[in-house]
Amino acid sequence: MSPSLVQAATLGRRAIVRTARQPANVIFPLIFPMLLLAVNAGGLRSATRLPGFPTDSFLAFALAVPFVQGALLATINANVEFARDIQTGFLNRLALTPVRGIVLLVGQLGGLITIAVVQGVFYLVVALAFGVRLASGVGGAVMLLLLEVAIALGFAALGSWAALRTGSTEAVQGLFPVFFVFLFLSSMNMPRNLIQTDWFRWVATINPVSYLIEAVRSLVIEGWNGEALGLGFAAAGGLSLFGFALATHALWRRLERT
Amino acid sequence: MKSPLDNSIEAHGLVREFKKGPRAVDGIDLRVEAGEIYGFLGPNGAGKSTTVHILTTLLPPTAGTATVAGYDVVKEGPKVRKAIGAALQEAALDPFLTGREHLRLQTAMHGITGDERQRRSDELLTRVGLTEAADRKIKGYSGGMKRRLDLALALVHRPRILFLDEPTTGLDIQSRTALWAEVGRLAKEEGVTVFLTTQYLEEADVLADRVGIIDHGKLVAQGTPEQLKAEIACSTVEAVPAESAQRGALASVLEQFGEQTTGFGPGSVAVQLADSDGNLAEIVRALDGAGVVLSQLQIHEPTLDDVFLAKTGRHLEGSGDEQEQEQEHEPARA
Repeated sequence: MSPSLVQAATLGRRAIVRTARQPANVIFPLIFPMLLLAVNAGGLRSATRLPGFPTDSFLAFALAVPFVQGALLATINANVEFARDIQTGFLNRLALTPVRGIVLLVGQLGGLITIAVVQGVFYLVVALAFGVRLASGVGGAVMLLLLEVAIALGFAALGSWAALRTGSTEAVQGLFPVFFVFLFLSSMNMPRNLIQTDWFRWVATINPVSYLIEAVRSLVIEGWNGEALGLGFAAAGGLSLFGFALATHALWRRLERT
Repeated sequence: MKSPLDNSIEAHGLVREFKKGPRAVDGIDLRVEAGEIYGFLGPNGAGKSTTVHILTTLLPPTAGTATVAGYDVVKEGPKVRKAIGAALQEAALDPFLTGREHLRLQTAMHGITGDERQRRSDELLTRVGLTEAADRKIKGYSGGMKRRLDLALALVHRPRILFLDEPTTGLDIQSRTALWAEVGRLAKEEGVTVFLTTQYLEEADVLADRVGIIDHGKLVAQGTPEQLKAEIACSTVEAVPAESAQRGALASVLEQFGEQTTGFGPGSVAVQLADSDGNLAEIVRALDGAGVVLSQLQIHEPTLDDVFLAKTGRHLEGSGDEQEQEQEHEPARA
């Protein structure tokens, strides 16, 4: 294995071990999205009776939300730790080694994505246990996890940018409500074509989070929908590229090393 | 075989300015010879850490040049980093990882893998006395243990030059002494050049072959501790009158022998003797002749604090608070 790969893997492993050793960072991202799913599935069940609603199971409809929420929570937690590395000087310790900046970023993001995928598997297992059946089958489950990787990468890159740009744990935590605004102004609780309020439908249409949710949702309730998946991966890819470019620039500025 | 130049540190006219702030480093010229322990002494906020950050390539200088291990710190950063090890001011460790996991991470970052990684980690853990604690998480380590691990991490790739930024701040005397012993061994047995910043006079005096005194970003004195003290040359006499009413009379007598100085015990009068051969017997006779009765009389040999006082007009102790306040608006990385 090349030294850069070993370095990235070691950094990724560190991110995972550190998270695993903080129970609050493990349990909350697993439980909170599931609780919210249970509340929504119970309270909004009647929405399935609306003409044109794509499924008669709100649980299956809303299952996409924990995947996005989980990626968000994993991102925030891991990037708070990343910001702490900057505050404590740990990043300077790494900067004094021959490791390349891009490897630092890839290692950090790799660990975070692994955590998000483990969470995704947990959500899927819980949903299956409660009777949700994936319309896209076993292959759909694999695709769903790939989508989770892409979603987590997008949010993680943006979170890493915030951590590197500010070096402040508070600033990264402050991103959490901002991300959640995007989540709430998406098609998380209602298909876009059934949203009655014009401005809300318009915001949900331009909001990339809607396409992330709809891609996951399509695998659960529709089967293989090329357009939804394409848009979902495009939104995740766009977020990732945008976030990665910002994070790389911020890393370059942060590691002012010569 | 490496030339002696390979392990040296050299800086000319080094300057670092921060936005809206004073010059943290203001025209420093220094040279540290191979295998030497160089003590960089100064109060908090004097510019020690900024200088270390420049020399370790973490911060580019605003002006001036510096070479470390023969490489330019601006143009040849990666080569400098390969040659140096550094333990910066805070022991930046992950509280959720163990000591061994830190070494595993650090060796990987330096491209050390396989059996060599394990061997080197074990060797360093033994050397810094952390073998038993190696598999404990850092959050359970004492300050001294963290500093020792920090030193081990700085040594994983066998650096030729070691930068230690206030390595013993906050440590108890036992931990401090153990660290001094290890640093001394590294320089003497392995020929490692050590650039050590400190605000402790004793540390610079005991450990350093040569000392540079920095104040407000400027190097105000440089030399061996003995040379620097010899420059000041004169001892200080401190006396406490038996009755406080005699303090004036005591001062009048002592001032015949030198200039009054401050920073000694309350109620005492101290003068720095004008003559390096100041004769205590003469002073006692003069005090006796003036009828001054003493409760205490001491003679102090010159210290590095006297050198600091002579060069800056202030004692080292406490002068950092003032400088820290001046630089509060600087970026944290400074």
